[in-house]
Amino acid sequence: MAADAARILRRLGPGGVVAALGLAAILLAVVAPGVLAPGDPLAIAPTEAFSPPSWAHPFGTDESGRDLFTRVVHGAAASAGIGLAATGIGIGAGLVLGFAGALGPRWLDAAIARVVEVLFALPTLVMALLLVAVIGPGTQASVIAIGAATAPGYARILRARVRGVVRSDYVAYARHEGVGPVAVFARHIAPNTLWPLVATATLGVGQAIVWVSALSFLGLGALPPSPEWGAMLNAGRVYIGTAWWMTVLPGLAIVATATVLTVLGRRASGAGSAGS
Amino acid sequence: MTTPLLSVRGLRVRLGGADVLRGVDLEVAPGECLAVVGESGAGKSVLARTLLGLTRRDGAGVAADVFDIAGRDARRLPERAWRALRGADVSLVLQDALQSLDPLRTIGAEVGETLAVRGVPRAERRSRVLDALDAAGLPLGGPARVEADARLRQRPAQLSGGMRQRALIASAVVGGARLIVADEPTTALDATTAVRVLGLLGRLRDEGTGLVLITHDLSAVARVADRIAVIDGGRIVEHGSAEQVLHAPAHPVTRALLAAAPTGPKPTAAAPGEPVIEATGLVRRYPGPSGAFAAVDGVDVSVRRGEVLGVVGESGSGKTTLARLLTGLERPDAGEVHRAEGARMRLVPQDPLGSFDPRHTVERILRLARRGAAPSPAALLERVGLDPAAVLRRRPASLSGGQRQRVAIARALAADPDVLVCDEPVSALDVTTQSGILDLLLDLQRTEGLTIVFISHDLAVVRRVSDRVAVMRHGVVVEEGGTESVFGDPQHAFTRDLVAAALG
Repeated sequence: MAADAARILRRLGPGGVVAALGLAAILLAVVAPGVLAPGDPLAIAPTEAFSPPSWAHPFGTDESGRDLFTRVVHGAAASAGIGLAATGIGIGAGLVLGFAGALGPRWLDAAIARVVEVLFALPTLVMALLLVAVIGPGTQASVIAIGAATAPGYARILRARVRGVVRSDYVAYARHEGVGPVAVFARHIAPNTLWPLVATATLGVGQAIVWVSALSFLGLGALPPSPEWGAMLNAGRVYIGTAWWMTVLPGLAIVATATVLTVLGRRASGAGSAGS
Repeated sequence: MTTPLLSVRGLRVRLGGADVLRGVDLEVAPGECLAVVGESGAGKSVLARTLLGLTRRDGAGVAADVFDIAGRDARRLPERAWRALRGADVSLVLQDALQSLDPLRTIGAEVGETLAVRGVPRAERRSRVLDALDAAGLPLGGPARVEADARLRQRPAQLSGGMRQRALIASAVVGGARLIVADEPTTALDATTAVRVLGLLGRLRDEGTGLVLITHDLSAVARVADRIAVIDGGRIVEHGSAEQVLHAPAHPVTRALLAAAPTGPKPTAAAPGEPVIEATGLVRRYPGPSGAFAAVDGVDVSVRRGEVLGVVGESGSGKTTLARLLTGLERPDAGEVHRAEGARMRLVPQDPLGSFDPRHTVERILRLARRGAAPSPAALLERVGLDPAAVLRRRPASLSGGQRQRVAIARALAADPDVLVCDEPVSALDVTTQSGILDLLLDLQRTEGLTIVFISHDLAVVRRVSDRVAVMRHGVVVEEGGTESVFGDPQHAFTRDLVAAALG
């Protein structure tokens, strides 16, 4: 047990350990925000409006005197949750398209490949904007939009990977040994394609959080006064000349989350290739 | 006495905290070929790279009492001086011609590189490159060199293995180097091509080039070496004339190397049983640059129960395709393979690493391969001479070439097969590992009545294990029969060349 812990620590390195601690703090904020910030994120106190960061208000307060630290902590669930859900949708759809394309009949592969190529012509955020315009603004809509917009990327990665594994000598050898298609899929194809995807997905969650925040910033995602990071950025934008903390500190929360997930994602992909 | 091209005394190399070479003495005079022989891991390749001044860049500690190249003390040479020396005075011919040549560069650019970095003008470069290609025995279309332009524009993928090796030799001689270090130059080549390459090296030697030939292949050594140094554990354990070392070896390591080299016929031939595989009229075509090309073009072959059938031929003669057709890994375009009722077949592939799932441990690989009443993974590993405790939990990528080959055989045995098809099972291994695997296969045939199809370009190896042989060329079996009758009295001209090249 102790040896395992030491091995994991060595594999993470100092940067990875900091990132892992950061992830733990973010997860705590998502699961139990009250532990880190016991206040009410929506409680207003007009007399304390626009206070700069201080011991009482580490991140300062906004135009209604709401404590920004409390709002950032409580917003983690919304932002990170949205990022996770969006990535989940993206990967789910990508899995279906990727596996169907790589393993299905040729006409299906061709059809999926054409659709994916068309979707690829549009940048992810433009696609998401298009979808939000169709579905209408709101948290759910932004999750679905980001998820759908990232699906083509996952589908393409997965299809290429699956095709590589299907053509590999070890799959050919398993067939030579008389192993059935379902067992070949479960033993060789799925593990060799899904584990590398875990690393990509970790990177994807950080990216999705940024995109969801971007949609909120544009007023198309979570609506004020809900404490979502992108929405907070948007609200602070008006006062950026007088109250910089209203945009900078929620923005830093987004950057920190994306960084933590990227660092860990890179470590995971490194471990994945070392293990393979 | 002329000044030696290379004079080394007490050469010591430390690499990664281990003493790889511990006091090596070598001397090579112009027009002399010194062979350095040893098992893999004896320090041969490190010696080759050190003689070119390449190990210091790898972070090795190099020390020597004497280290003179062409009369110059190379001990304290800075990297810049080494660069001037390499190509001009000493050059290296590497083992793997495919990986040493840039696939995107033409032969002309690749061979001319040594000259280009020295600032030789383009006009002069061309004629010197052509001279080098000529010296290396790459055909240029006769004395008028009518094919010269086409040859210079070719890329490595358009050349055969032997031609690539000759292109490498051309790039080693183009700079006028009088000392050539060749690291396993013929290991990857089939017998006839290897003989041609060795003949070329011999000619260079006769013209006054000093040659250090580093190899584990004793038949190659016997052909060109004047003197032989046997290296073991980073030391030269025996050193003498080729005659003396090959015929009156003094050191046990030399004797072991000589004993491990496959020589002579198979001790006892098996009595043939009824056929387990009968293939008739097999044809397999692949799309090629100029229309479909038939890798296997009408082959009839039968394998009888309990025998070892050897399949020999040059590289590209269709041996691997035949193996894949016999095992059902590929379907023939014409003809059919008839397998005896219930006969289970397993392939030991040419590249075992690629045939293992990279995520699986050896234990999992063997467990998944088990069929019927096969022994446990640990027992299988012991059967192929591996220590289960050392190997079971590891992944194939972390095993050595010999270990992978053994695991591949263990995996095939895990299915309790009736027929084993081995595709070049020992080509990548040094002689002692090779001899261990051959003994294992013969033992399996004797004790378990295993039928084996043994595919190899190495005639000496095939002769040692096979009861019958089939000789392939251009996708056709040109000759077939009992091993000793085919090798002793070859009927087909191609077989005669092959036998003369390998066993002569």
